Amino acid sequence: MTDLGITLPGTGRRRLWRAAADRSANIVPVLTVAALVIAIWYLGAFILNSPQAIEQLNRQGIASPTTSQVLTEAFGQRRPVLPTPDQVLVEIVTSSTERPVGNVRNLLTHAIATAQSTLAGFVLGTILGMTLAIGMAALRPLERGVLPWIVASQTVPILAIAPMVVVVLGNLGFTGLLPKAVISMYLCFFPVAIGMTKGLRSADPLHMDLMHSYDASPLQVFLKLRLPTSLPYLFASLKVAIAAALVGAIVGELPTGGQAGLGTRLLAGSYYGQTTQIWAALIAASVLSALLVQAVALVERIAIGRSGGVR
Amino acid sequence: MTRSLVSRGLDLAGGGLLLAALLLPLTDTGRGMWVMDAGLPAGVMLLALIPFISAARRPQGSTARGPLVLVGALLGAVATIAALRTGAVAFGTAGPGFTLAGIAVMLAATRGITLVARLPEASAAARILPPAALGLTLLYAWEAGCIGFGVPPVLLPPPSAIGSAFVDGLPVLWADFIQTVWKGALRGYLIGCTAGILLGVAADRVAFLRRGLLPVANLMSAAPIVGIAPIMVMWFGFDWPSKAAVVVVTTLFPMLVNTLAGLSATTRQELDLMRSYGAGHLTTLIVARLPNALPFLFNGLKISATLALIAAIVAEFFGTPVVGMGFRISTEVARMNVDVVWATILVAALAGSGTYGLLSAIERRLTFWHPAMRGR
Repeated sequence: MTDLGITLPGTGRRRLWRAAADRSANIVPVLTVAALVIAIWYLGAFILNSPQAIEQLNRQGIASPTTSQVLTEAFGQRRPVLPTPDQVLVEIVTSSTERPVGNVRNLLTHAIATAQSTLAGFVLGTILGMTLAIGMAALRPLERGVLPWIVASQTVPILAIAPMVVVVLGNLGFTGLLPKAVISMYLCFFPVAIGMTKGLRSADPLHMDLMHSYDASPLQVFLKLRLPTSLPYLFASLKVAIAAALVGAIVGELPTGGQAGLGTRLLAGSYYGQTTQIWAALIAASVLSALLVQAVALVERIAIGRSGGVR
Repeated sequence: MTRSLVSRGLDLAGGGLLLAALLLPLTDTGRGMWVMDAGLPAGVMLLALIPFISAARRPQGSTARGPLVLVGALLGAVATIAALRTGAVAFGTAGPGFTLAGIAVMLAATRGITLVARLPEASAAARILPPAALGLTLLYAWEAGCIGFGVPPVLLPPPSAIGSAFVDGLPVLWADFIQTVWKGALRGYLIGCTAGILLGVAADRVAFLRRGLLPVANLMSAAPIVGIAPIMVMWFGFDWPSKAAVVVVTTLFPMLVNTLAGLSATTRQELDLMRSYGAGHLTTLIVARLPNALPFLFNGLKISATLALIAAIVAEFFGTPVVGMGFRISTEVARMNVDVVWATILVAALAGSGTYGLLSAIERRLTFWHPAMRGR
């Protein structure tokens, strides 16, 4: 994780070392927790798969199988109730490499399709959210009327009607990327609008007085003070927004049967009882989410460094 | 107390446009003037001019200006809706008079909202009127636009159709609500939030656990957890337990992250004071640190509440008994009963806003001491 809200004293290179040391201090606990999770996963797989495994062994003529026999059988099911981590890993690797990218049965094809609609919705939502925030900052009276509705807009469970939005837009002739991007946009604009509004209002009064003493115009105050001040708030929201956009894209893929996307993959897996495929798609989605959040964090470091902010 | 001509003109603008609309044909097959197509609505429209004129005549500082302009907009809206209801404007036959009246109402509403928002913060009108007026304006534009310009109901039904579908389908919607919100979402929410808080308190006690859990929790908070819905349906069957399971996993991590953030919100001085009283870890936790964590806990509870509702509905797309909001949405879309779908969305929105409002009210009662709550 990039930002735990820790501001370290010192400057430049020394601070980087300190930050690296701080991060490495987390490695042992994180690995321990991860190992624990995997151990529980294997245990759960054994518990959940053993009834099925015993039944199969009985059918093969082994009336009272030993524990080790059940164990081997439970960890090697073709359609397990809970696939083991190694089965999921093998599934991810084979489904990404067996066929060329672009093939419908390749996992990467689906991941790329989902990433595309996520990014499209993210860009649209960010533009909308920033426009709303800047508009409300420029026209203060509007804020009191508009802000409650921005909050209320999020009580409409867009994810729940995502299939409908996709179906209706499909009937109108909008297919492919756009409907999914619209859903992602709806989920994205909210955190961006709220965070940016807060950020634009958080300029230090001392700095405002300084700008005033320079006789700065409202536009100059906005560009040179308010906007740079709002960047940390904006990026914190962008990390939330891009994760939300991914969820929106995945749910938006559910009704578009047979098209590409991780959501399609999940639904197909649940129809045909391909548990390993579901888990592979799920892990792929989580990895994609982590990568997207990290990408935003990288842009944040560059942007805030450029604007002379202190990280 | 003189006012510029521009300011007076802006107050009057809505009224002027309404008057202009009265001189134009109401429908696209109309006979030249609004009055010929619909007499009574035209009378209401004329009445709307009175508050506009009254607002423009008042001095700069008058607090009545904003409300008066809003009343004028409301009367204009009533007149146009009446023209729809009496059948003077059939589906999709809006003429220039109708369109101009609609634009006038929206402009007047915007002006009224801006005026009211400038009133001092303390007055109840300044807090409640702007959002209420904006909501009504949006509803009006939706209704008048859908019927006047003939938007296909499959695409977007007008609010009146959604309202009647809501009233007609109340028993069914109630059963769906019980199944999805009361059984699935609420139970999962309670279990998930409790587990998240307990896990947070435990992780706070053991530094090693915190260092290991926090990055994992942050990662999981961003992960698309809705994806586990098909797996949970396989494990727990079609009924509400599978939905509750998805909700538990969805709400657990945001709650854990917020609990940990909240428990570190107590200042050094407060901790030193507790130490000087000889308080142990548990006493300090209960007396100082948990109360200080309340704003963060409520933040987590609010976020989790919306997440829980959505997770429960989406989980129903992967398999349900023949009741539930997710089931209703997916089946009625297939049958092209879009008004029922929107009625279900209305139920979800009401449930979501209601929960959010309830949590906010409890938060205000419990954290009245927090800077963010002062001056309310």
